[in-house]
Amino acid sequence: MLGKINARVTRPGLSRRGFLQVVGLSGAGFMIGCTSREPETAAQVAEGAAGAVADAVARTEFGPFIRIGTDNTVTTLIKHLDKGQGVTTGLPTIVAEELDADWSQMRGEFSAADPQRYNNLFFGPFQGTGGSTSIANSWMQLRQAAAAARAMLVEAAASRWQLPAAEITVAKGIVAHEASGRQASFGELAAAAADIPPPGEPVLKDPADFTLIGTRVPRLDSADKTDGSAVFTLDVSRPGMLTAVVAHPPKFGATVASFNPNAARDVPGVTDVVEIPRGVAVVADNFWSARKGRDALEIEWAEGDAEQRGSDELFGEYETLLSSGDGLSARNDGNVEAAFADAEEVIRREYRLPFLAHATMEPMDCVVELGENRCEIWTGAQIQTADQAAAAGITGLAPEQVVIHTMFAGGSFGRRATPDSDYIAEAVMVAKAINGRAPVKLVWTREDDMRAGFYRPMSYHVMEGAVDASGNITAWRHRTAVQSILAGTPFEGFIQDGIDGSAVEGSRNLPYSIPNLSVDVHMASIGVPILWWRSVGHTQNGYVTEAFFDELAAAAGKDPFELRRELLKDHPRHLAVLELAAEKAGWGEALGPNRGRGIAVHESFGSFVAEVVDVTVDDGDFSVDRVVCAVDCGIAVNPDVVRAQMEGGIGYALSAALREEVTLVEGEVQQQNFHTYRPLRINEMPDIEVHIVPSGEAPTGVGEPGTPPLAPALVNALAAATGQRIYRMPIGDQLRS
Amino acid sequence: MAIELNVNGRAVSVDVPDDKPLLWVLREDVGLTGTKFGCGIAQCGACTVQLDGMPMRSCILPVVAVGNRRITTVEGVESPAAMAVRSAWRELDVVQCGYCQSGQMMSATALLESNPSPSDEDIDQAMSGNLCRCATYHRIRAAIHHAAATLEA
Repeated sequence: MLGKINARVTRPGLSRRGFLQVVGLSGAGFMIGCTSREPETAAQVAEGAAGAVADAVARTEFGPFIRIGTDNTVTTLIKHLDKGQGVTTGLPTIVAEELDADWSQMRGEFSAADPQRYNNLFFGPFQGTGGSTSIANSWMQLRQAAAAARAMLVEAAASRWQLPAAEITVAKGIVAHEASGRQASFGELAAAAADIPPPGEPVLKDPADFTLIGTRVPRLDSADKTDGSAVFTLDVSRPGMLTAVVAHPPKFGATVASFNPNAARDVPGVTDVVEIPRGVAVVADNFWSARKGRDALEIEWAEGDAEQRGSDELFGEYETLLSSGDGLSARNDGNVEAAFADAEEVIRREYRLPFLAHATMEPMDCVVELGENRCEIWTGAQIQTADQAAAAGITGLAPEQVVIHTMFAGGSFGRRATPDSDYIAEAVMVAKAINGRAPVKLVWTREDDMRAGFYRPMSYHVMEGAVDASGNITAWRHRTAVQSILAGTPFEGFIQDGIDGSAVEGSRNLPYSIPNLSVDVHMASIGVPILWWRSVGHTQNGYVTEAFFDELAAAAGKDPFELRRELLKDHPRHLAVLELAAEKAGWGEALGPNRGRGIAVHESFGSFVAEVVDVTVDDGDFSVDRVVCAVDCGIAVNPDVVRAQMEGGIGYALSAALREEVTLVEGEVQQQNFHTYRPLRINEMPDIEVHIVPSGEAPTGVGEPGTPPLAPALVNALAAATGQRIYRMPIGDQLRS
Repeated sequence: MAIELNVNGRAVSVDVPDDKPLLWVLREDVGLTGTKFGCGIAQCGACTVQLDGMPMRSCILPVVAVGNRRITTVEGVESPAAMAVRSAWRELDVVQCGYCQSGQMMSATALLESNPSPSDEDIDQAMSGNLCRCATYHRIRAAIHHAAATLEA
């Protein structure tokens, strides 16, 4: 997600402007309880997001990210969205480490939307979560903030006790002076610490002294997510709130020609039927009435500008594009043509990969309350700065008048970071269409969600490889036709030389030592909205490069693991995960009949992952028995969360590889719900082992990198078992044919 | 029309259309939002509640069809199996996004109440109606075994 935007790396130092501020009665935003629970009910917490609930705890701010309460809690303000990847645990862990806090006193709270204070440091003055950057970009920022707060607490204690600061220690949330036996909690010292000037250069811990980072600390969100009290957007309630369900055009690019609202208006509970730029909204005092009202709508659609082609035609066009000649060159080493001419054998393969839906468990939803000088939004916001701009554009307000309350999101996988703000904009349009008369909750049904576009782009790849008489790979050419994710969005400026980096990530940086190597891409333009999907371009390019590599290894008469080792000798981090996964999986050991083992390795978002997949095939059916994964993500802040993300990334990729595809016929999406778009279920989940490479490198991300190696390792295993290779995804029942 | 329900041991009267699904009655009229909407066609299990201890998909169940059966939601579970499930889920940190987990836990609780030591096949059978896009299945399986061991002890 937002993988492109990593390009603009800035790492400003700790700002001390307004570093300290004592806040009064607090309670805005929800807290994520750890050992003690906040007193509010779920409903009150939702209300509290608007600042309606005040408690008796005074909290002292130590910069934008840390608040220490008189109740001795330490709250980390979380600028990122947590959609399951665990930043509400990971970021407080970094703070607790440098603060020497006790884990039981740690809390998390989503921050306000503010591109100045809460920007993603890799994205410039822009708040957003994506590209598996949350831990990486917060790492030094939060360490410095917490180390500064710790120094101030120590100074406050020294001043209170009239003792030298150097003799004062901090451990597990207790500030102590051993010789005199004095001690104090953070909560007791916080207000006094607020008067101490923050240190210019806070002293950071030696990583060898870490006590929390690298250990398993329990997730801060587990309690609320296991008793029904965690508040998602769908759970937000506002006084007088109405619910909106919107009828969208059946084809991308179609618009409303005319509609008859009468039958919808007759449904009890329906209050408004209004046209908005994206369709027709039915607004009611509850969801069921709004949905029944929508069913009763009669709408004529204008399809003149709509995308009318089906998937087969689109693949045909991509094929034509690729046969029309070279695309834009993304890499050109040596002389590929000459190497092909001299080769003992040239292998050419074509791969077709489909559109994929993110299909988060919580369909898209958003609550909007529109006032005269203010637009308040409750949603699982992933790119708050873009969402503020979109809402400002619709309402005529300034972006800073758009207040976003970031909620827990029921999954995203990239879906909630839409550059045009998609459903968030839609909710604002509905609120505007009823003149801000009442707060509005926009709810998408599963069918709305499935058919709304913003898919992982479909792509067509032509791979060519040359093998010489000695079994060396002498040339590699990777040609792709795929849509640009960034074209036509506010992020279009990141397109370089006509190439959207997402189209070639994982292909133009192929790590193997191959002397002649070219990568080119045709940026196709079709009318289906597409988006980053867990690991973005790596999902396609990781698949085709690693599946094709095995074919070249077979042509060269070499073991696919050994050939990878040979060609990765200048890439130690790739090599380390490859060798670790192979060793733990028992690579080279004989398997029984009808079994196969495959391997793949891929770098994405600065993390390195290798996976070994074992399968059993049975007369055209197969089962995935085990996946062994090795990951190098630098310092693993929370190894258990790293494992969880590998497990989840593997399951997500396996789901797609087995059955998932969005197809179009005459411009209409054919999948509606989970009976026609069928994700992985528990009976299909393999055993997974995750091994983490010990590392002292700065942490990188784990939300996405577990995904790319799974599908190629799987098809390589199937080929090992059956000899059959897969050129069209998903695998479906191709082994039966 | 007014419909009487027994929700988490409490008598509740709601004034809603007969065909409104129990899911939306619980969420909008009773104010219990722990039970989630995922698909609306009983394909994902996010809306799972118990009726007289049996797991049911509340998204397709018209409220009028509930009758006098006892409704239990994630907020109201208190059986030993439910407590064991909740603590196993926390101990193993099963959740990621968490959205499907109320439904997962309701199905797991119903399984353990009828089968205190389920095999992997039993778990597949009982849990395959509950989707999780975060693919926490690996830990769900482990947590059910863990909860079963707790109940046995």
